[in-house]
Amino acid sequence: MFFDSSLSWNDILFLLDGAIVTIAITLASVALGTILGVLFGLVRAGALWWISWPLGGALDIFRSVPLLIQLVLFNSFNSMFRLHWSPYVIACICLGIYTAAFCTELVRSGVLAVPPATRRAARSLGMSWWQEVVSITLPMATRIVFPSWIGLSLGVMKDTSLVLWIGIIELLRSSQIITSRVQEPLLILTITGLIYFLMSFPIARLGAHLERRWQIQ
Amino acid sequence: MSYTFQWRPVLRSLPEMLWGASVTLEIAIMAMSVGTALAILLALAKRSNLKILSRLAGIWIEVARNTPALFQIYWIYFGLGSLGIGIEPYSALVFGITFNNAGYLAETFRGGFSAVPEAQIRAARSLGMGAVPTLWHIVLPQMLRVTFPALTNQMVWSILMTSLGAVVGLTSDLTGVTQQLNVVTYRTFEYFFVSACLYYVMSKICTIFARLLAWRLFRY
Repeated sequence: MFFDSSLSWNDILFLLDGAIVTIAITLASVALGTILGVLFGLVRAGALWWISWPLGGALDIFRSVPLLIQLVLFNSFNSMFRLHWSPYVIACICLGIYTAAFCTELVRSGVLAVPPATRRAARSLGMSWWQEVVSITLPMATRIVFPSWIGLSLGVMKDTSLVLWIGIIELLRSSQIITSRVQEPLLILTITGLIYFLMSFPIARLGAHLERRWQIQ
Repeated sequence: MSYTFQWRPVLRSLPEMLWGASVTLEIAIMAMSVGTALAILLALAKRSNLKILSRLAGIWIEVARNTPALFQIYWIYFGLGSLGIGIEPYSALVFGITFNNAGYLAETFRGGFSAVPEAQIRAARSLGMGAVPTLWHIVLPQMLRVTFPALTNQMVWSILMTSLGAVVGLTSDLTGVTQQLNVVTYRTFEYFFVSACLYYVMSKICTIFARLLAWRLFRY
């Protein structure tokens, strides 16, 4: 079909299947990472130092060790503890914790950017701690960190390519499988790159746009 | 848990792993220094008035930032291989990380360049300095100072990225050595745990070193 090569529509569909796996793993791990990240971030920003520092140190480990190594270690728990989890579960948990490690620092910086006077004012109006966090701090912090959060999510999307190491057929792995049949690595890898680019670039642009627009106010 | 840890074989092969760690650092430092130089050129090209130059730089930056690093390494390793340019995993990894570093840093430097006031450049030029001396003596030192934290992050980042070499079959860096040992012994957890510790130590040393360097270079 393409340039007289033996690449067929089925191959393209196979690549798109891989892209769907990539997106699914991304969504699951970003969701897990964001929930954990907001919780940990609130703790990091608000708790006493003897809770906040050890948590920060522990999460720092996940940012200082290659994701590939983390995936292999998580995967080895499977046989060590006889968990029989599927690679997808392992990939999502591992990437989710990895995301949480970055998201925590984002949320922390966002929460700390909310003026303390605003928070105290909310409390003195009679709001409980929880009410204040949900309706004052988090909305304001969200506005501050949302562009960076988009960047983080796109980073996770790109990092999902590493899960091919533990045997998941996502976009990059499926491109390799097709390459082994069609024998045209350059063409197939370029198409793969284009798919990644189309998944990432528009959202990256949106993030940059929001960052500019929200900066002015 | 019916798993018996066996740490002794790991400790015995620690020298090999440390040797692998030195290869990892070597790759990261190479990719980082060439990447920084390229990134400065890319950032300048992006700002230039020549349309074709800024377009090309833009493509480089966007591709580097919007596709996975592993994909970039694959493209260099398998893609160039199919064009008849035989390339080893080692050079594919170095080129891949350099490409990636250059793209990310160029975007950082673009912000850094705008932090240098335009008036200083005009002042330097009106004192008779040429374009290149102005860049070298006035703009770059200030730009690098502003972007130093981002540079440090990128350095840690490229140390971690070197682990991707194992996926294209590199056996000499830390992950490659660990994977070789793992294939022979099947003590996956023990070997990769130690290698994770080594990566952690490397990135911490890098951060501390950068902090000392910043203190030495940038204090008034």
